[in-house]
Amino acid sequence: MRDLSAARQGPYVAASPLVRPLPPMTRLLLRGGSDTLAAALAALGLPFTEAACRAVSESGRSALWLGPDERLLLAPQRQLIELTQLLREALGGRAHSLVDVTHRQCALEVRGPQAEVLLNCGCPLDLDPGAFPVGMCTRTVLAKAEVVLWRTAEHSFHLEVWRSFAAYLSKILALAARELTP
Amino acid sequence: MSQALRTPSGGRINRARTVRFTFDGRELTGFEGDTLASALLANDVHLVGRSFKYHRPRGVLTAGPEEPSALVAIRRDAARVTPNLRATEVELYEGLVAESQNRWPSLKLDVGAVSGLLSPFIPAGFYYKTFMWPRRAWQWLYEPKIRAAAGLGRAPEHPDPDSYSNRFAHCDVLIVGGGPAGLAAAHAAAESGARIILCEQQPQLGGSLLSETDPGAALGDGEWLSRTIQGLMNHPRVTVLTRTTAFGYFPHNLIGLEQRLTEHLAQPDPRQPRERQWQVRAKEVLLATGAIERPLVFPGNDRPGILLAGAARSYLNRYGVLAGRRAVLLTASDEAYRSALDLHRAGVTIAAIVDVRPQAAGELPEAARRAGLPLHTAATVVGTTGRLRVQGIRIQRLDAQGQPQGAAERIACDLVLMSGGHTPSVHLFSQSRGKLHWNEALQAFLPGQSPEKARCAGACRGIFSAEAARRDGESAGALAARDAGLAIGAIIREPPLLEAAGAAVPGELPQPAGRPAIKAFVDWQNDVTSRDLSLAAREGFRSIEHIKRYTTTGMATDQGKISNLNALGIVARQIGKAIPEVGLTTFRMPYTPVTFGSFAGYARGELFDPVRTTPIHDWAVHEGAVFEDVGLWKRARYFPRNGESMHAAVNRECQSVRTSCGLFDASTLGKIEVVGKDAVTFMNRLYINSWTSLAVGRCRYGILLRDDGFVYDDGIVARIAEDRFHVTTTTGGAARVLAMMEDYLQTEWRDLSVWLTSTTEQWAVIAVQGPGARHVLEGLVQDVDLSAAALPHMSVAPGRICGVPMRLFRVSFTGELGFEINVPADFGAAVWEAVYEAGRPHGITPYGTEAMHVLRAEKGYIIVGQDTDGTVTPDDAGLAWAAGTRKSDFVGKRALERPVMHGPERKQLVGLLTAEPHVVLEEGAQIVPDARVTPPTRPIGHVTSSYYSATLGRSIALALVRAGRERMGQTLYVPMPGGNLSVQVVSPVFYDPKGSRQNA
Repeated sequence: MRDLSAARQGPYVAASPLVRPLPPMTRLLLRGGSDTLAAALAALGLPFTEAACRAVSESGRSALWLGPDERLLLAPQRQLIELTQLLREALGGRAHSLVDVTHRQCALEVRGPQAEVLLNCGCPLDLDPGAFPVGMCTRTVLAKAEVVLWRTAEHSFHLEVWRSFAAYLSKILALAARELTP
Repeated sequence: MSQALRTPSGGRINRARTVRFTFDGRELTGFEGDTLASALLANDVHLVGRSFKYHRPRGVLTAGPEEPSALVAIRRDAARVTPNLRATEVELYEGLVAESQNRWPSLKLDVGAVSGLLSPFIPAGFYYKTFMWPRRAWQWLYEPKIRAAAGLGRAPEHPDPDSYSNRFAHCDVLIVGGGPAGLAAAHAAAESGARIILCEQQPQLGGSLLSETDPGAALGDGEWLSRTIQGLMNHPRVTVLTRTTAFGYFPHNLIGLEQRLTEHLAQPDPRQPRERQWQVRAKEVLLATGAIERPLVFPGNDRPGILLAGAARSYLNRYGVLAGRRAVLLTASDEAYRSALDLHRAGVTIAAIVDVRPQAAGELPEAARRAGLPLHTAATVVGTTGRLRVQGIRIQRLDAQGQPQGAAERIACDLVLMSGGHTPSVHLFSQSRGKLHWNEALQAFLPGQSPEKARCAGACRGIFSAEAARRDGESAGALAARDAGLAIGAIIREPPLLEAAGAAVPGELPQPAGRPAIKAFVDWQNDVTSRDLSLAAREGFRSIEHIKRYTTTGMATDQGKISNLNALGIVARQIGKAIPEVGLTTFRMPYTPVTFGSFAGYARGELFDPVRTTPIHDWAVHEGAVFEDVGLWKRARYFPRNGESMHAAVNRECQSVRTSCGLFDASTLGKIEVVGKDAVTFMNRLYINSWTSLAVGRCRYGILLRDDGFVYDDGIVARIAEDRFHVTTTTGGAARVLAMMEDYLQTEWRDLSVWLTSTTEQWAVIAVQGPGARHVLEGLVQDVDLSAAALPHMSVAPGRICGVPMRLFRVSFTGELGFEINVPADFGAAVWEAVYEAGRPHGITPYGTEAMHVLRAEKGYIIVGQDTDGTVTPDDAGLAWAAGTRKSDFVGKRALERPVMHGPERKQLVGLLTAEPHVVLEEGAQIVPDARVTPPTRPIGHVTSSYYSATLGRSIALALVRAGRERMGQTLYVPMPGGNLSVQVVSPVFYDPKGSRQNA
């Protein structure tokens, strides 16, 4: 019997100067009350904050605030089983929902001094660093696709998009990039 | 001679760069910096178009975007023809090709002008008055003729080859207008560090100052303009957008801007977008939109060569163009004297200044007198002469009561300048729902308070002089920055300094009684005259909104920028009311026309909407699948082999599933993971089924109703763990079902400890269906016993396939032994191919949605949205068995208890068999009980699904029929154009009614 456990194939992403697909990673969607979330993040070695729309990162693991009871957990690809195990132990009898969404979405990085402008070709949010500082993350739209947008550095954004929208989204970004001065 | 009316020097054009262009094929030249209008006037071309209704010769009236009559088509190539562009806004470029409109065979000899002769018979509202009889003539005569005559300009027939772009932006202060007020405002606001966007519709900043020979003199500061512009251009927090029109003011300070990027270039870079539409969200909006000069209404006021006074001054001072050689100025204000004085200095003969006021004693009239210009006060114009160009005007003196008296005097001229004063541009302010107040001194509406965070500065609030407008802009800019939350120093905003600039009372100039019917135009673009408006008022119209629609005044693409106030004045006088009592029509976006392309932006062609594809899509493309759109998804509809027809392919695919094995991509099915200790309670409350009894590892067919009791969605639900359900929905229903679940959870059932996560895209779903399905999977699946005993129909098990983790469902939408393999999506393509390879010895056949539809219809399985239409209860669909009878409640239960939901006349799902086995009914066809009835009659039902079934060797159909289950065995009729088709009512389950195959 063939072993296909390494035969992963992500969705198509159109290449363009400011945009690159990020390598596969582990994604878990965690829902629960504040205490539950705090316990979970502690188990993963991440600081807990109730501040809205803020991401925390530590040693390659991140937790993105998507709602008062919701965190998107990102980690290196190989940590899926480890993370699931850690959380199962930490959360024990606490009410929560943990769902593997590793394959539901993929990540793009938009990087460069014009990243803000490029994103604003389709995203209606104010991306000025004063309004959308490093570490901020939110659900939003980019053209007609829903995304999670996370500013990882002044000129760098991490985008999470559902896999079937990745081709559309990357093509829109490639089209919009044509009008940016290099 | 080329450019005969170009001045020897002066203007803001670049005389070193000659630009060649053509107008109606005639080769002409202008200079860099010209507009098409200024270049035409430099060549003494005034006749540029024919009017909309009467085909009257028309020329350039204004020097700006308010232009109603100099509309031209600009042609770059067959696909790039833009009609109805205002020549006053078209920037000249090398090789520009301009064409006049609404004329045949030529501009000078226009056959359509005959409608001008018929004009006494086509008054306002003539559509409503004539063409009433005979009624049938509408279809074959009136409407086609009217349509052929209607419209202005011709739309290009090819697809638009240009691209358009979109941009969202935020700022502290958005300043609309780059004249003295706007520039000063931007400068003042920028000092606070505010984020600023300044937009200006023209190519250059400066506004009215561009029409001054010495802007410095107008401001008392020679360097102010260049210094301010330089400062703004270099400011890191200021974005200056020229060639950018603020076309609409939307709620919460969202302003639409249209930026024209390549329109002015001779050779646009095809990679660059033609236009960019901005959606700007501003904390504060500052409108410095200026004012528009108002024409005067008098008989024959539309001949080429009759211009607004300020426009003629702009052509002279900004473009170095004389609009004529012998001019008459008609005015009701001092300000317009500047035009006569400037033209006089440039060598134009001023044949007369006709001032309708009894006296003209200001500084400017005095200057005119000193210059020896013949000045007639207390006079009116009673007519003009000339055909393709004005040749003279006739004036008459006004008596003390303002009535014309004595003999008319003819004054020869080739240029008439007119000015009825200025109308502040309150369009955007009004779109912001700001209230307007009538100002008697200015004879104009001025902005009051806006409910939005908006303020006005400069001429758009009646502060007309450049210096006063600059000071007003400065304080307004600082205040806007302060209100946007920035620290500013002390500022003083003076109350608006409304100079008594003088303005004509809007309306028609006094005319002698019993005058002949010579047209005095109010709306140049829609050819509305003062008589049309008076007629509407006489016929009983009182509301200005009704009069607007009846006469079409102000309804052209210029939106009545120069006409509305005069129309209002005429109506007010006719019905004996004051102007503010008559009120204003609504200002609507766009301020000037905006291209459709700019609204479409990137959403064109393949990017019109997201195209969602599954992990198996590429494989299906490679196999030659034909796709269909399901929502945003592309789904493989069938897989034709060797040029097969769809019918042949579907028959083959269906038979493979029934006899060996089929492979189907079900990845688009909606999936929702319902998790939490109250998950089962949640499911019980939501779905009609009972979930408490569903064991872990088992599946159930779930039905979801709306609260009105009608079927909303359906799908297989699997219990993965005590506190975890894997819910599937229809492909199209995934988003709305999740939204409905969240709605109940967040508003009604806050008590439940349960969470929802969409997993639609987490899983690739590979359906393996058919008697050979188990054999195909046996060699691939690990950790799961596939036997019927261990994994019976409607069960689920975790496991692995080729080393990939999976959830294996034993379910069937075909009626055959079936499995649905759920694997993480990145593995979808590889696992699919592995299953396909393993299945080839067993005759595995990929099948598409069309075969899936046939297979499920053979089994009588409904498709929500096809066999249901939002008025179908579970019982109607034959699914009452699914309801948990002992449940106290579920969404829709109470509605289902209403008697009407059980009435004997409800439509029920049945099967239909045609008498003729090879006739396939049309889906949607109506059903009647009696072959003899003729329309109109009440049908008793309709066909919802209809296919040819290769398995059964005949056609089958599902239908909703009144009291259908009581009609089993009856013959009904489906009336079709070729006659009635007789059908027999049967059970909707056509194949394997005992279900032994799926339980195999």
